[in-house]
Amino acid sequence: MSQHTLSVLVENTPGILARIAALFSRRGFNIDSLAVGTTEHPDLSRVTIVVRVDDQLSLEQVTKQLNKLVNVLKVAELEAAGAVQRELVLVKVRADNTIRSQVLEIAELFRARTVDVAPDAVTLEATGAGDKLDAMLRMLAQFGIKELVQSGVIAIGRGSRSLTERGVRETRPVGITSAATRTAQSA
Amino acid sequence: MPNAVQQAPAARLPRMRAPESAATPSESMTGAQSLIRSLEEAGAETVFGIPGGAILPAYDPMMDSTRLRHVLVRHEQGAGHAATGYAQATGKVGVCIATSGPGATNLVTPIADAHMDSVPLVAITGQVPSRAIGTDAFQEADIVGITMPITKHNFLVTSAEDIPRTIAQAFHLASTGRPGPVLVDITKDALQAQTTFSWPPTAQLPGYRPRTRPHPRQVREAARLLTCAERPVLYVGGGVLKAGASAELRDLAELTGVPVVTTLMALGAFPGSHPQHLGMPGMHGDVAAVAALQKADLIVALGARFDDRVTGKLDSFAPYAKVVHADIDPVEISKNRFADVPIVGDAREVISALAAAVREEHEEGNAGDHAAWWQDLNRWRDTYPRGYDLPADGMLSPQQVIERVGQLAPEGTLFASGVGQHQMWAAQFLPHEEPGTWFNSGGAGTMGYSVPAAMGAKAGRPDRTVWAIDGDGCFQMTNQELVTCALNNIPIKVAVINNGALGMVRQWQNLFYGARFSNTVLHDGATNAATGSARGVGSAANRGTRVPDFVLLAEAMGCVGLRCENPDELDAVIDKANSINDRPVVVDFIVHEDAMVWPMVPAGTSNDDIMAARDVRPDFGDAADD
Repeated sequence: MSQHTLSVLVENTPGILARIAALFSRRGFNIDSLAVGTTEHPDLSRVTIVVRVDDQLSLEQVTKQLNKLVNVLKVAELEAAGAVQRELVLVKVRADNTIRSQVLEIAELFRARTVDVAPDAVTLEATGAGDKLDAMLRMLAQFGIKELVQSGVIAIGRGSRSLTERGVRETRPVGITSAATRTAQSA
Repeated sequence: MPNAVQQAPAARLPRMRAPESAATPSESMTGAQSLIRSLEEAGAETVFGIPGGAILPAYDPMMDSTRLRHVLVRHEQGAGHAATGYAQATGKVGVCIATSGPGATNLVTPIADAHMDSVPLVAITGQVPSRAIGTDAFQEADIVGITMPITKHNFLVTSAEDIPRTIAQAFHLASTGRPGPVLVDITKDALQAQTTFSWPPTAQLPGYRPRTRPHPRQVREAARLLTCAERPVLYVGGGVLKAGASAELRDLAELTGVPVVTTLMALGAFPGSHPQHLGMPGMHGDVAAVAALQKADLIVALGARFDDRVTGKLDSFAPYAKVVHADIDPVEISKNRFADVPIVGDAREVISALAAAVREEHEEGNAGDHAAWWQDLNRWRDTYPRGYDLPADGMLSPQQVIERVGQLAPEGTLFASGVGQHQMWAAQFLPHEEPGTWFNSGGAGTMGYSVPAAMGAKAGRPDRTVWAIDGDGCFQMTNQELVTCALNNIPIKVAVINNGALGMVRQWQNLFYGARFSNTVLHDGATNAATGSARGVGSAANRGTRVPDFVLLAEAMGCVGLRCENPDELDAVIDKANSINDRPVVVDFIVHEDAMVWPMVPAGTSNDDIMAARDVRPDFGDAADD
């Protein structure tokens, strides 16, 4: 099993997330993380999917199935070396006066921010790649984690190339909207 | 990124009916009127449906339409299968219409069926008013959510102005690329609202770019393999029929001299009587066709998808074969069986390009020698021909009935079948010479398919004789559509192969469950105890299902009902059925109940283990091969 990060550019239409999620469950693909949000372009959303697959053929099948969805404009794999990947974690750690400084010290080591403090707890915000966040959470576990929320992975390719631009350019003949084309041209 | 996912040119608008209708000035009308106009402009002529509360606004302007014929069916499932039969018989997009809630959910089976068999279908459903969506309003069902996995795409339309564009997109999506069903769910308020109509609307499907033209390099590679292989086979699927590529296929086959196998969905794509035709592969395929794939060193799959009913146990399927896989849908390639040469494209373009490339190979002196291969193939074909035994007790054999129906049918007859033993016998014993004359439910295996599908086919091709080959089990699922046929001048003919049982399930019980016939007996004989189980083979004479009496039932539905119980009267009854053309005809053929479908590859086993008959495994001369 290997893990792959797919970036999927989709039309910002109702139900597209359901179509993607349903595709994964129906076809029995292993999904590790799924994050979705709008892009710099109001008509487009971008879905970042982390999948686990047996082999290259399975990854190809996932990619092709995604591409087959009518609202999907572009699917690209973002290799770890050529992309920046981030997750966000919010974690509430048990911390009274005796241990608060130790908790904050660990937060400092991982460049986490303190976003809330209570007499017996501290809430930290940390971003980074999954393994860094895992390491931080392992360190914090000794104090007692009261609550934990994680976002899915989002990722973006390094360098100046833009997936949105490529996606919009390739589909320009029928256009998403004229605005979409303008964005691509002026960028 | 694999290259296969990069897709080329832009989506095109659906073909318009006629050049003069290419642009209409904007007109003010209701959403419902614009729906009817859009259907007309998109080329719909005959539609099948049932009105109800949410779709009611659309039924009012339908009454004034001179271009749209609406056939009022008895059940929405009938509308869906009829639209499927219509589409398969005419090559056009089939259209069915239903109301919200249960009306829409009754379309689920035919939509799933069309999806599995890649049939171009547009299903229009009414939806509760947009403000009521999500409130569990009366007759509300989330049909867009329900049909998401069984449609090529679907739409929820909540605004009248979106109707023409969505209908245009639906027809375009349904009919281009790999065809499939598209559902358009329209809220009642969108149908009632005032809007302006203009046609054609602008297409906005930026993510939809089917690739029809094959990659020349892949085609050349395929041609090279095809001319140097020693034991090649053309494995032809329904995609060849969808692409209208029968003539091209024949050209390629005769050019290369390679044997052809046609799947259940592709019967008729290549003439059944052609000397290069080995028959149907798969679970109930011909021994020679199954063996050809198993022993092949090259399989050229054209519009076929390596379904498990063809491959049997996948990891022992065609162990020596390289695979060239051509399909319009990139997803199918290497989904089940790895393709050494993947070709994405329309079957017609692929096959003609392949033939051209093969001609080039021939000019360079590279032509395969398949003499030894044909020696093997002919030996298998001669040793294990299709056949059946006549019942010892003088009853009708179901195979004989189907064979005679095929032989006595007028030229150009269209055949639809249900699902089960009769379907396999129809696949084996009907003449499949011409493309577009055989309709059945291959992927989904929908019992109850044949009567409504035959109805749709006859509505689309009134000039042709249409026979439905049905089982007594299937027939009892959808026969109410004979009422529709009787009332709408759609005179189909139905051969009920009445063995008083759910035959295929009974066959499996016979072979794999120690002949314990749990709940497969449909007749009212003495062995049909309260539990529904019979006591075993031959424990009572089957007289067919007499409850209901299919002759009386047919008469009650406005059809002619005939019965045939012994071989002496077989031809006379079939001739009589063929001679009646003013009403639907139902013939109740009482057949022997213990007939089995042979050959058979038991589910989940290897095709190497094909049984030509009970306990008879063909001799492929394996020792000589190894």
